[in-house]
Amino acid sequence: MKIVREALAGTLESSDLMVRIAPKDGGLDIVLESEVIHQFGAQIEAVVRETLDRLGIDEGLVVVEDKGALDCVVRARIQTAVSRAVDEWTADWRALA
Amino acid sequence: MSNRLRRSMLFLPGSNAAMLSTAYVFKPDSIMFDLEDAVSLREKDAARLLVFHALRLPVWEGIETVVRINPLSTPFGMADLEAVVRAGVEVVRLPKTDTADDVRALEAEVERIERDCGREVGSTKLMAAIESAAGVVNALAIATSSKRLIGIALAGFDYVMDMQTERGDGTELFYARCAVLHAARYAKIDAFDVVFGDINDEEGFLKEVDLIKRLGFNGKSLINPRQIELLHNAFAPTEEEVDYARRVVAAAEAGERQGLGVVSLNGKMIDAPVIDHARVVLRRAEASGVRK
Amino acid sequence: MTQTAKDRLAGVPLPSGLEAFSGVTAHAPHLASREEKHGRKLTKSLEDAIRASGLKNGMTISFHHSFREGDKIINTVVAKLAEMGFRDLTLAPSSLLSCNAPLIEHIRSGVIRRIYTSGMRGKLADAISHGLMAEPINVHSHGGRVHLMDRGELVIDVAFLSVSTADPFGNANAVTGKSRCGSLGYAMVDADRAKTVILLAEEIVAYPNAPASIRQDQVDFVVPVEQIGDPSKISVGAARATTNPRELLIARLAADAMEHAGYFEDGFSMQTGTGGSATATARFLEQKMRRKGIRAGFALGGITGSIVDLHEKGLVGRILDTQSFDSVAAQSLAKNAEHLEISTNFYANLTAKAASVDRVDMVILSALEIDLDFNVNVITGSDGVMRGASGGHSDTAAGAGLAIVVGPLIRSRIPTVVERCTTVVTPGETVGVLVTDHGIAVNPNRPDVAERLKAAGLPVTTIEDLHRRATMLTGVPQPIEFLDRVVGLIRYRDGSVIDAVRQVKG
Repeated sequence: MKIVREALAGTLESSDLMVRIAPKDGGLDIVLESEVIHQFGAQIEAVVRETLDRLGIDEGLVVVEDKGALDCVVRARIQTAVSRAVDEWTADWRALA
Repeated sequence: MSNRLRRSMLFLPGSNAAMLSTAYVFKPDSIMFDLEDAVSLREKDAARLLVFHALRLPVWEGIETVVRINPLSTPFGMADLEAVVRAGVEVVRLPKTDTADDVRALEAEVERIERDCGREVGSTKLMAAIESAAGVVNALAIATSSKRLIGIALAGFDYVMDMQTERGDGTELFYARCAVLHAARYAKIDAFDVVFGDINDEEGFLKEVDLIKRLGFNGKSLINPRQIELLHNAFAPTEEEVDYARRVVAAAEAGERQGLGVVSLNGKMIDAPVIDHARVVLRRAEASGVRK
Repeated sequence: MTQTAKDRLAGVPLPSGLEAFSGVTAHAPHLASREEKHGRKLTKSLEDAIRASGLKNGMTISFHHSFREGDKIINTVVAKLAEMGFRDLTLAPSSLLSCNAPLIEHIRSGVIRRIYTSGMRGKLADAISHGLMAEPINVHSHGGRVHLMDRGELVIDVAFLSVSTADPFGNANAVTGKSRCGSLGYAMVDADRAKTVILLAEEIVAYPNAPASIRQDQVDFVVPVEQIGDPSKISVGAARATTNPRELLIARLAADAMEHAGYFEDGFSMQTGTGGSATATARFLEQKMRRKGIRAGFALGGITGSIVDLHEKGLVGRILDTQSFDSVAAQSLAKNAEHLEISTNFYANLTAKAASVDRVDMVILSALEIDLDFNVNVITGSDGVMRGASGGHSDTAAGAGLAIVVGPLIRSRIPTVVERCTTVVTPGETVGVLVTDHGIAVNPNRPDVAERLKAAGLPVTTIEDLHRRATMLTGVPQPIEFLDRVVGLIRYRDGSVIDAVRQVKG
């Protein structure tokens, strides 16, 4: 799938995160800001990359502003942002799981 | 009648990231993730994904997971159903159930998804929420429409609007409560009462709980975790009730061992329903002790 | 001609070192005039008082922090000392908070060289964690601070103590006048032990002022000041009844644990602390006390309106108050005869002739982190940066019959239960029970308590199990990267060093 428009998902409330996705050519650019970056920065980035990978997203700008969300919330927010940023979205529940 | 205690069903807005993955600490009997009224139109997709992932967490042991999906007639209902059946939800709650056909249509879709994702057919249970005059009038047909139904619930807000009245002391729900309850008991499934909206009115809440418990409801939908303990305590039997139930069950077991068809306690015959009720009392006591 | 002492003593050989009487005012010139006699301690300005105190570079100054985030004295006085050119001072307030961020510049410029404090928050704590000071700060408990004075390590040269009212002789309190913080529990220690005591008084009242939390025989100078602090900022929201379901759940479990741990008998004693859960715990206890028909003998420590409420309902006998955490507590201290003001020496000092913490049955405590050995960290966040206070934590844990630590298992993604605390403040052997929203763990050294809580049907599990649950939800946190340089020494209440805080990387 390809990112064709800018999209937002999530909130800036505690235990949540805000994801902004925008089209960009030539690879993934992930910008991560987190309240828990020292303790969980690497893990959050790994979850973000894996989630994108399983949706077949390999190009785009992904800006994550994390407020201490758990992994399951990170996945849900990334997926929501992607679903809103691609041309035609059909949920592949196996890839989303 | 199922063996499961369903006193408290805690509503959680499906869009609340902070609550979804940790709400199990409040230990309601059932937890109901809401994708319908509590979620705004533009967050339907986000809530669906949050709930999908929350359901897959290995934390719900001992708590029944329920999701209220959007009606299948909306653009969201089918996608909700796809998500939650695949995520392993125990019970799908159908809102605005007016007829038995509403339940049958849902059941057909659930079965299709179960086959598609390899989930055991029939393992997804259903619950129907009755929210209109039509639903109340059709309560019996709805309650007996599917083997998957574990219960029916009365939803007060839409119902009183439909009835051209408003929430008050309960008079406005009198017929609907009785109708839903009778239909559930006839179908041998559970019956759930409406939410009590004012979380700061403990006294009013307890009064309503007392009423619906005496009517015979299995439990009540709750909008705040603070109400769980109050409700469980109100449903907890008294010390005397527990004592009596213990003696009834002991007598029944003794009768069974001796192969007696008739069970008696202190020279008085006790019927099967009395024994069943005694077992419910003991289950409630086991779950939350005696009433404080 | 009048006969003088000299005349009378003619021929009397005076032992060496004794002198003959030479007039009433010879050694008491202030008795010469009524104005001098009554007003000699009154100083026109802070600057005059500082000059008169004999403060010199390298000396130690102290303050109380009873106004917490509302304090208006510590920053002002240090700024004045900077302006007057003092250097290399040791700053030894009872504690520091976020409002003390302006001290950063005075540390940079060399006015302050060393710090003793119970805690730090905000920008100041952040800067110190990142290496602002050449010498590590000393973090002590409330009782430990007095002990450091007892052992002669911490000698206060000049104490600057703010009070809402004082008379010209220095009888002072903070329960009358305008900006009232209630108990002067911290300041009472400094008034007693500092070489020179300067009172900063918002209002000078007629002699004799009462009650005299600080007494005329302890005070050297009295300076009138505009405002000493903002009582509304002592503890924002501590007195509110929490509606947060998670806090309520923890409070209910904590109250259940208190009910069944074996101490809940008529005349029991407790310390409940502050915060939403603590306030709610007191409310749940009320129901339990009424049901059982018992009352508490006394409540101790930092006092909130919820304890006052129990007291006024006859459910708590006496209140021993070392810090009034809200205006209700401050008012109660003023009006309720059985609400007593106590110093931190009386409260928690190991080397006091008696400390109240040794009499308290149960104490509710908080934690930033608690580890598998029940060690507790209340100083550093999980990012390694200091953001808390030792307070009475280790004092009460050591003294109480049972210390109950309460807190959520995770805060957003930060686990409270960890394998090893970033910093140990309170040793695990003094912590009996951990109450979280995910269940209760009992220290294996308290099998009696575990037995009782299980018998009562409470959700008792192991701390290892709670740790597993936390990790399952959050993942395993990466270790924080520290440099070798030590920025803080954590002093146990006996003066020993229980842990060190290192400078965080980056």
